[in-house]
Amino acid sequence: MRIRLNGNDHTTTAATVRELLQEQDIDGELRGVAVALNDNVVSRSGWDSTRISDGDTIEIVKPFRGG
Amino acid sequence: MTNDPFTIAGRTFQSRLFLGTSGYPNQQSMLDALSASGAEVATVSIRRISLEGYAESMVDLLGKQWTLLPNTAGCMSAKDAILTAQLAREALETDWVKLELIGDRETLYPDVEQLVGAARQLVDDGFQVLPYCTDDPVVCQRLADAGCAAVMPLGAPIGTGIGVANPYNIELICNRSPVPVILDAGIGTASDATLAMELGCDAVLLNTAVAKALDPVLMAAAMRDAVTAGRAARHAGRIPKKDHAEASSPQMGLIGG
Repeated sequence: MRIRLNGNDHTTTAATVRELLQEQDIDGELRGVAVALNDNVVSRSGWDSTRISDGDTIEIVKPFRGG
Repeated sequence: MTNDPFTIAGRTFQSRLFLGTSGYPNQQSMLDALSASGAEVATVSIRRISLEGYAESMVDLLGKQWTLLPNTAGCMSAKDAILTAQLAREALETDWVKLELIGDRETLYPDVEQLVGAARQLVDDGFQVLPYCTDDPVVCQRLADAGCAAVMPLGAPIGTGIGVANPYNIELICNRSPVPVILDAGIGTASDATLAMELGCDAVLLNTAVAKALDPVLMAAAMRDAVTAGRAARHAGRIPKKDHAEASSPQMGLIGG
């Protein structure tokens, strides 16, 4: 299916947020990762159960240097 | 003053210096500067993970020694700032947020109309909001009324190193504010930080002044001392400024008198 991932068009076979992270080689155990699906934060406890649909917009973020 | 703790949103700190983590020559320099500064709070931004690779987490790097204060830097809409704050809360497991909502990318000046509205929404959502704002006493009052945990007026635009451009306004804000005042942005060198504290600020937040100094670690130490000195001077009660001289040595018993 086609989604928007971090501002870019992206094709994925992932069915859930967890699967999408795995597809992107993002270790879900790493601290500081957060995910939003269509402008709603998906908490870590919901990564396995939250499904992704065609046309969804997803943000995967982490803390970075900043003032 | 050896014991002069600073309480904000129910948390108490010994250091009145908050330090940013951006713009250092390298990671070790950033860590050394943070240590030298004595700061207990370090700011971080929230950014999209680079999908090409994943570097060490800021949480692992800094989280044990410093309290991380996430910012919404770069956001120009309330919608983006609010989502960024919510993602930060999830990522860092904190309900503190430095709310930064700018009106244009050149001056990085706060967009106060959107800022006050976003602050209100985030307060309602349970955040402890520390808004980066203008040095405008009315804006600061509106932010305090909205329930912000502090107000953070700029000394001058971010990264300019100009210092406290309008000390009269900062002092006015400090005198009237029902919440802690943290001077945030525009600090260039130690004397700027000292002045902010002398004007009555409860703390100072800076980044570029240390990170881009020729010797960031030495400047971090200078800022630590500058904040302490300014705070002590404020408490010591300075002499008033006079427009005429008044001799400090006695006028009696002068040789040749």
